[in-house]
Amino acid sequence: MKTDDLVDLLSTNPEPVDRGLVVRTLLIALGAGSILALGITIFGLGARPDMMTSGALGFVVAKVSFAVGISSLALVYLAKLARPGGERKPRSYLVAVPFLVIVALAAISLGLAPSSRWNKMIVGDEWLECLVSIPIIAIVPFAVAIWAVRQAAPTNLARTGAFAGLVAGGVSAMAYALHCTDDSLPFVAVWYGGTIVLCTLAGAAMGPRLLRW
Amino acid sequence: MTTHEIELKALMLASLEGDAASHRTLLKRLSSRLRAYYKGKLARMGRGAAEAEDLVQEAVLAVHFKRHTYDPAEPLTPWVHAIARYKLIDFLRRTRTSRTDVPIEEADTTMAHDDNVVAESTYDVRRLMQRLPKNMRCSIEAVKLDGLSVAEAAVRCGISEPGVKVNIHRGLKALATLIARETRT
Repeated sequence: MKTDDLVDLLSTNPEPVDRGLVVRTLLIALGAGSILALGITIFGLGARPDMMTSGALGFVVAKVSFAVGISSLALVYLAKLARPGGERKPRSYLVAVPFLVIVALAAISLGLAPSSRWNKMIVGDEWLECLVSIPIIAIVPFAVAIWAVRQAAPTNLARTGAFAGLVAGGVSAMAYALHCTDDSLPFVAVWYGGTIVLCTLAGAAMGPRLLRW
Repeated sequence: MTTHEIELKALMLASLEGDAASHRTLLKRLSSRLRAYYKGKLARMGRGAAEAEDLVQEAVLAVHFKRHTYDPAEPLTPWVHAIARYKLIDFLRRTRTSRTDVPIEEADTTMAHDDNVVAESTYDVRRLMQRLPKNMRCSIEAVKLDGLSVAEAAVRCGISEPGVKVNIHRGLKALATLIARETRT
């Protein structure tokens, strides 16, 4: 077939295009992913029993803010990467800022504590549960994020996959924070930060296969 | 900014509003530029003009179906270039050539030349359309090929007007998938 015939085929009665579609789809995906992750955490693991006590609430808010900060920043870059040529946009390294902040805070809190408590502060009570739960809960928001990005047209699939993984990891950590009773900053830095990075690497590995168009 | 960029972007903005003439002109102009780009790249690798034409059509389909991903705040040329390069790398990966053969050049060079020597691509769209479900085929033929209005097409195909729109939308996507699969074998 001649290309001109194809052009004629495509350009007879074209529909007007919804310009906000890319961003709106990603926001819907973030919302749906968050609700699902929260549901899995609350119904699967249960909210922490002391959630509403004043001591616990502050820690929950801090952990949730860390995770939400990561997801929101990552979503901003995911919205750019979802468009052709979006990988040329600079400053995506800003997503490292929440990680650097939590690591700095963790270092300070370790510095202020006696070294005999370091082990307890870093390893906590439930490090293994955290290590397993965050990546598993992340699967659902990751799938939703990949679905949303596939509606658009990323041209750097590994990096786009990585940012989809980062968004999903952040969403999952946000949900898991409602269950987790380990409240030390070093614990959050190592196990939350570490598992979110793990989700990012998994996303980068799967991106080229999942996002091809 | 080049005059090409200004003209093409104006066409793109009008086509996003649903202006058929602008959309046609845009796709025609982009296809001749894409042809020059792909022929140049593939000739260096010893590939033929028919393969270049397949790539032109894949890229034109991508520009059409992914036009909602164009951000009007940005220039158009880098957006088209990213699609053209992505489709080239995808093609080379499919046909097992190393991606290191594709230099990252300035976006402007993609759009620098026209080539209107049209080759036939390796598939036949009328034949591919036979594989679509009846309502999709009828709606596309009526509106896209015969230029009927949506209301006329609804009468001819015996379905509702919204049904015609949905069938065209789904049918063209299905057709694009068939074309992609066809050029991949």
